[in-house]
Amino acid sequence: MLTICVGDSIDLDVNKKVFHLYHQLLKNRHISWLDIVPAYATISIVYDVVIIRQQQFSAFDWMKSQIEKVMSEIQEETIIPSRQVNVPVCYDAEFAWDADRISKEKNISFEELIALHTSKSYHIFMIGFLPGFAYMGPVDPRIATPRISTPRTRVLAGSVGIAGEQTGIYPFNSPGGWNIIGRTPLAVFDLSAAQPVLFQPGDQVKFVPIAKEEFLSFDQSTFNVLDS
Amino acid sequence: MSMEVIKAGIADTFQDTGRYGHQHLGINPGGAMDLVAMHVANALVRNELNEAVLELCFPASVLLFKKPALIAISGANFYAELNGRPVPVNQSITVSAGTELKFTKVAKGVFCYIAIHGGFSLSPWLNSNSTNQKAHAGGWNGRSLQKGDVIEFKNDVSIIDETKMFPWRANVFDFYKEAENIQFLRGLEFDWLHSSSQEKLMKEFFTMTRVRDRMGYRLKGDVLSKQHGELISTSATFGTVQLLPDGQLIILMADHQTTGGYPRVAQVIAADRSKLVQINVGERISFRKISLQDAEDLLLLQRKMLKQIQITCTVHLKDFFNP
Repeated sequence: MLTICVGDSIDLDVNKKVFHLYHQLLKNRHISWLDIVPAYATISIVYDVVIIRQQQFSAFDWMKSQIEKVMSEIQEETIIPSRQVNVPVCYDAEFAWDADRISKEKNISFEELIALHTSKSYHIFMIGFLPGFAYMGPVDPRIATPRISTPRTRVLAGSVGIAGEQTGIYPFNSPGGWNIIGRTPLAVFDLSAAQPVLFQPGDQVKFVPIAKEEFLSFDQSTFNVLDS
Repeated sequence: MSMEVIKAGIADTFQDTGRYGHQHLGINPGGAMDLVAMHVANALVRNELNEAVLELCFPASVLLFKKPALIAISGANFYAELNGRPVPVNQSITVSAGTELKFTKVAKGVFCYIAIHGGFSLSPWLNSNSTNQKAHAGGWNGRSLQKGDVIEFKNDVSIIDETKMFPWRANVFDFYKEAENIQFLRGLEFDWLHSSSQEKLMKEFFTMTRVRDRMGYRLKGDVLSKQHGELISTSATFGTVQLLPDGQLIILMADHQTTGGYPRVAQVIAADRSKLVQINVGERISFRKISLQDAEDLLLLQRKMLKQIQITCTVHLKDFFNP
C-alpha cells in the first residue's frame, strides 16, 4: 500500500484536493491497483507487487513514478461534479436518543436542533469504519457534540448521529459512540444491490425531515434520493 | 457432493484471496488469514490457488462427508482425525462417504484450512467468496458455520470411495521458519515514536495476547511512547502495526477496518503475514526492519515457492486423475 498525504487536517479544501486526485487516479487506474482509498487528507493505493514486478525492477518506484505523473497532469480548475443525495430522517423522540441531552447542553430547542441539522448540505469526507459508513460534515458549531463517553453496545441500523463536527448514519446494527438524533428509513447499505453502498466519497448529502408516519410507511422507490 | 456440520466450531468461515476494489466504500478485503496455507491446501487437491477454502479456528467444526472427496488440510495443525484415525496436514487425502472429520487439539498454529477438489459451492458477493461477517455477505450465507449446515461441493469426484493418504507431502517448512522474527517496514508515523521507543520496537520482544481475532492481534510488551498529537483517520491494511493509546501495539489482520485513527508505527511485510498469523497466545515475536526492495523480493520468492509446490502436486496427482 502506498499513501499520498495531501494535508494533515480535517478540512474541506484539503478533502476536495483528495477527491480531485482520487478521480484523476480512477481515470488512470492500472490493472495492478486493487484499491484506491481516499480518506480525510490522504489517498492510499493497494497495489499488487507481483503483477508490477513482472515488468519492473521495483514495484514501489514504478508506483511512485506513475502517481507523480498523474499528479503533474492534474488541472486544478477542472470541476468534478459531485452527486447530491437526499436522505429522509425522522427526528421523532423514539429514534433521537441523545437529542434531549444535546438540546439541554447546547441550550437550544429540539426544533432548532433539527433545523440546524437539516439546514445545509454535508460533504462526505470519507467512507470507513463499517461498510457504507460515511463521515460527513461539518455540522453547525451550535450542534457539534463530542462522542458519548461510554459507547453503546448496540446502535440500530439507520441511526443518524453526530460526533464532533461530523455527522453520519449507521448502516447496520453496531456498537457505536455517536450522539443519535434521528433515524432514516433509507437503506444506506443494500446487500442485494449491484452497488451495495448508497454513498460515494465526495457526495453532498442533505437531510430531509420526515414525520413518523412517513418513516413507517416509507417507500424507497418513490423518494427522490439522487438529484439529477 | 456435500458435507454437513455435525458440531459448530467457534468461528469457521469460507475465505478466498479477498474482496478488492471496494475499500473506498468501507468494505474491507477480508480473505484467508494465512494465504500460504490456503494456496498449499488448494495445490494439494489440484484446484486453482485462489479457490475458496474453509478456514477453521480451534475448537473447530466437526464435519461429516456425505460423498467421497479429495481433500487437504494445511496451516495450523489441530490433530485432525478421520473416523478417529489421525491424519496429517499438508498431504492429499481421499475421504470416503460417511466419514467424520474432527480436530482434537492444537499442536501448532491458529488458523487451519481445508480445501476440497473442485471447490465448495458458495454464494459470492462482489466477486469474492470471502465471508464478510459485518455485511453478512459472501462465503456460506455471510456467516460462520453452524450445526446442521450442509455445504455442497462444486464437483462430484466419486473417484475412489476409500479413506487414503497419498504417500507424499508438501514441504512448507521454509514459509514458517524463524517465526519469531517478523520483518517490517517503517510505518508512516514511525517518527512519532520517541527514539527510545523506536529502539524498543526494534530490539525488544513482544508477546501475543488473547485479544486477537480476524480483525487484529494485540501484543504485550514494553510501553512505547510518542511525541505527536492525534492522527486523523486514514487508511490501514493487513499487517499495519498501530500504537494504541496505552502504549501497546495491535497488528491489523485480514478483517481490518479500512480506515483507522491510531498511529501506524510499522508495516509487517506481506511475505511474513502467514507466519505472523500462526503465532499462538504467549509466544514471543520481535520486529526486524528491512528495505522495501527486500520486502518485494521476499514476496516474489514466496510466490515462486508456492508455484513450485503447485507444479509438484499436479505431477504427483496426474495418475490419480488419469489412471
